Amino acid sequence: MNELLLSIPFLRDHILTVVIFLPLLGAALLFFFSDEVKIKWFALAVTVVDFILATPLVCRFDTTTHAFQFVERYVWIPSWNIHYYLGVDGISVLFVYLTTLVGWVCVLASWTAIERKLKEFMITLLVIQTAMIGVFCALDFFLFYLFWEAMLIPMYLIIGVWGGANRIYAAVKFFLYTLAGSILMLVGIIALYFAAGGTFDIPELMEHRYSFTFQAWLFVAFFFAFAIKVPMFPFHTWLPDAHVEAPTAGSIILAAILLKMGTYGFLRFSLPMFPDASIYFSPHIIVLSIIAIIYGAFLALAQEDIKKLIAYSSVSHMGFITLGLFIFNKNGVEGGILQMFNHGITTGALFLCVGIIYERTHSRLIKDYGWGAKLVPIYVLFLFIFSIASLGFPGTNGFIGELLILFGAFESFKPFVVFLLAGIALGAFYMLWMFGRMTFGAEVAHGEGDEGHDDGGHKIWDINLREAIALIAFVVFVFWVGFQPGPFLEIMHESVDNLLTQVAGSTDVAIASIK
Amino acid sequence: MIFSLKDIVAILPEITIVAGACVLLLAALLIPKGERKDVIAYFAIGFVALAAIDTLIISGMEKTTVLGGMFVLDGYACFFKFVFYIGTILSILLSLNYVDEEKINVEEYYILMLFSLSGMMVIASGANLLTIYLGLELMSLPVYVLVGFLQRDIRSNEASMKYIVLGAFSSGILLFGISLIYGLTGTTQLVGIAEALTDATVHVPVFALAVIMLVAGFGFKIAGVPFHMWAPDAYEGAPTPITGFMSVAVKAAAFAALLRVFIEGLSTVQADWQLVVALVSVASLVVGNVVAIAQSNIKRMLAYSSVGHAGYALLGLVAGTAEGVSGVMFYMLTYTFMNLGAFGVVITMRKGSQMGENIEDYAGLAKTNRALALAMLIFLFSLAGIPPTAGFVAKFYIFMALIHQGMIPLAVIAVLMSAVAAYYYARIVMIMYMREPAGEFELARSRGLVYALVLAVIAVILMGVYPTYFIELAQRATFIM
Repeated sequence: MNELLLSIPFLRDHILTVVIFLPLLGAALLFFFSDEVKIKWFALAVTVVDFILATPLVCRFDTTTHAFQFVERYVWIPSWNIHYYLGVDGISVLFVYLTTLVGWVCVLASWTAIERKLKEFMITLLVIQTAMIGVFCALDFFLFYLFWEAMLIPMYLIIGVWGGANRIYAAVKFFLYTLAGSILMLVGIIALYFAAGGTFDIPELMEHRYSFTFQAWLFVAFFFAFAIKVPMFPFHTWLPDAHVEAPTAGSIILAAILLKMGTYGFLRFSLPMFPDASIYFSPHIIVLSIIAIIYGAFLALAQEDIKKLIAYSSVSHMGFITLGLFIFNKNGVEGGILQMFNHGITTGALFLCVGIIYERTHSRLIKDYGWGAKLVPIYVLFLFIFSIASLGFPGTNGFIGELLILFGAFESFKPFVVFLLAGIALGAFYMLWMFGRMTFGAEVAHGEGDEGHDDGGHKIWDINLREAIALIAFVVFVFWVGFQPGPFLEIMHESVDNLLTQVAGSTDVAIASIK
Repeated sequence: MIFSLKDIVAILPEITIVAGACVLLLAALLIPKGERKDVIAYFAIGFVALAAIDTLIISGMEKTTVLGGMFVLDGYACFFKFVFYIGTILSILLSLNYVDEEKINVEEYYILMLFSLSGMMVIASGANLLTIYLGLELMSLPVYVLVGFLQRDIRSNEASMKYIVLGAFSSGILLFGISLIYGLTGTTQLVGIAEALTDATVHVPVFALAVIMLVAGFGFKIAGVPFHMWAPDAYEGAPTPITGFMSVAVKAAAFAALLRVFIEGLSTVQADWQLVVALVSVASLVVGNVVAIAQSNIKRMLAYSSVGHAGYALLGLVAGTAEGVSGVMFYMLTYTFMNLGAFGVVITMRKGSQMGENIEDYAGLAKTNRALALAMLIFLFSLAGIPPTAGFVAKFYIFMALIHQGMIPLAVIAVLMSAVAAYYYARIVMIMYMREPAGEFELARSRGLVYALVLAVIAVILMGVYPTYFIELAQRATFIM
């Protein structure tokens, strides 16, 4: 299949362009549809084709090099030396794949959940997919920033138009928070352009050495953009609002992809371009990460609302990732990247689970459930899998990622392990507590059997085929990474090694300049 | 004085517009009353197009100075003239329906726009402070009248009155500044001034006063803080197409003069004016964008936003390099499309009893009128500077010029203010897309509106996605290397 796809010359040379812009083309074509059923199937077809086209990226990925692959480079704005420059390496390719996977899952998740303006919703969904894939593939800073900011508009609309009761507040907060963070990055990007002698070429900018003061300023300018996206403590306050109010597909995209862009930004730009500053600031970042891990977990414990609980659990889990990245050893960084992928899978899946049950009851409160095991046993099975994956149970993907980060932390500075373990323990606590309360909590007042009703009299039925397919897509990756993480780690080995040499190469310089 | 052929050729576009306006004044009497004003409008567009063709032909010529050094023909002038043409044509297209709606049944409306346009063209080509001053007056006087065209609307009368009084006052200040410059340098010729200023003896305190007066005079025209007081009232009261016309064409013309005077005439004393201009710029950014948040009338909001945009463009002047100049030129070009586009939507909302000026009036527009709401969304996000729109590239250009000169603090202020600006632009999007409509929308429909909006949308997207051609155009057209 992959051979077949790549044997088409156009695809072989422009595979990234096709993967990025296919959804946009689909969105444009959707304008001409009017029948709701056709719209859904067309959007699904586009996203599935996009997913299939993205598979050769992973399967035919050359794991023996850290160089960028599937590269496309054309002059775009010659006056500023801007190129249309795409490529993926071991760090980004997994996220391109994840984005295309989440793409069609989101379409399935919105199949019946979106009751009004379906066409506009699907268009917005496809547009944001183009922007997200573009962020991970762009190798020109101008192009990167374009995709990065262009993502804001569709997400603003997804939350604000199709969200819950308090959606406008959440949408505006999301928009302003992320915009305010990323505009300083724009100044940073332009400063970098002049410092490196007039180029936006990302690989070239990585080669360049900058003075420590310059690195420190740039690190700070970029930090706000990425830290808000992650979100790191104390910039996390937009996340619960956005998650709670967003429709299911919006929550999945936020959790699975958008949050990863923050950590991806650190990996792609902050670490290789400002290694001295990264080392200099790493203690601060690690402290913030530890606060996020513990504080996020405690906040999650206190939530009544399932979506809020998962949102705060994201804050905690993203803390693991940022910690893993900023201890600068192989296990930590690889664990961080793998955990980015894992978190995308499990948290995306958990939001999908919430969305599925919300469609039946229109309640997000844990106390309104409790009849799970009795009325929706198959659903509960899935919820169980994702809950244990989220808390890092052995055999699931979360375990591998967290274990690698633990190894990394152990190598780097042993006391970190204490906080990480505390985070994992708290994670088990809030996830299992939520799961228990949702499934074995209350007696069912009305009805019985799997065609029953909940306390509020809503008709409850177990998952259907469409929902099952979406969930199974995530389950596959939960166990695949859980039992066979090798191929995933292999993809990133070379790129991570290269990244670490870039950082390590400057360590002595950094220590000297700090002293 | 005998004109040579070269003189005539160089000012052919201006002649076309002025002659066209005069012809239309007479012709208006011959056309039956019923269809008169539309015919006049189409002819006005025709004359502008004719002038554009003239300009296109003579833009290939070498830089020439004609009419005894008063008038210069170069790429810079031609570029700005095209900005004015686009602004005027779009404004006329937007007016076609609006004048019916407001029962402005006078063909002088379009003719005055042509006269104003001719003034702008003179400004863009002014090589002498007096030419520029003459152009400014020729541009402003018709606009004073146009602002007051809604005779029965008290706001329009007030706007016109304020604009005239403050405009006259600012002209006086500008003239005072010009006379001081003349007194110090002995010439009003920009090239001559630049030469005279290389002599250190002119650096007397009164020179600073002259600079401040020039900044104040031009600052009034571009609505920069603290000379912006007239703008919200004038913008709100004026007929909406005229508001759009003022905010793009008049502003662009003032910038054309500002850049030429400061960078060609006063370049040798850049240090003296840089701080003053930077202060006006920062004040405009802060006041314009912050006060815009509090507005409930969309025309007033766009007025304050226009103050903010003047602040951005001024940053290009502060940078003072070729990059800065071409940045401002590109900014004015994009601003013409996106701002007139936004005003076009405001005009579409004006129908019958519906004023369509209150921001709340836009609630739920996306539910009933998807295309219009989408167009407004594109214009607003472009004004906010969010990619992939022209507004982003324009801001990017200015920031490039600033940071190249090492003026990072200014760039930081500017980006922070663009986050503030994003709030009030996004708020309108929010109201359009996320609120329920209060009732049925009555929308103005005319072919002119559709043409103008479609053109603006295409331009905003095109210049956002593939700006190369326009950037190169602006770069080639700067007068400094």
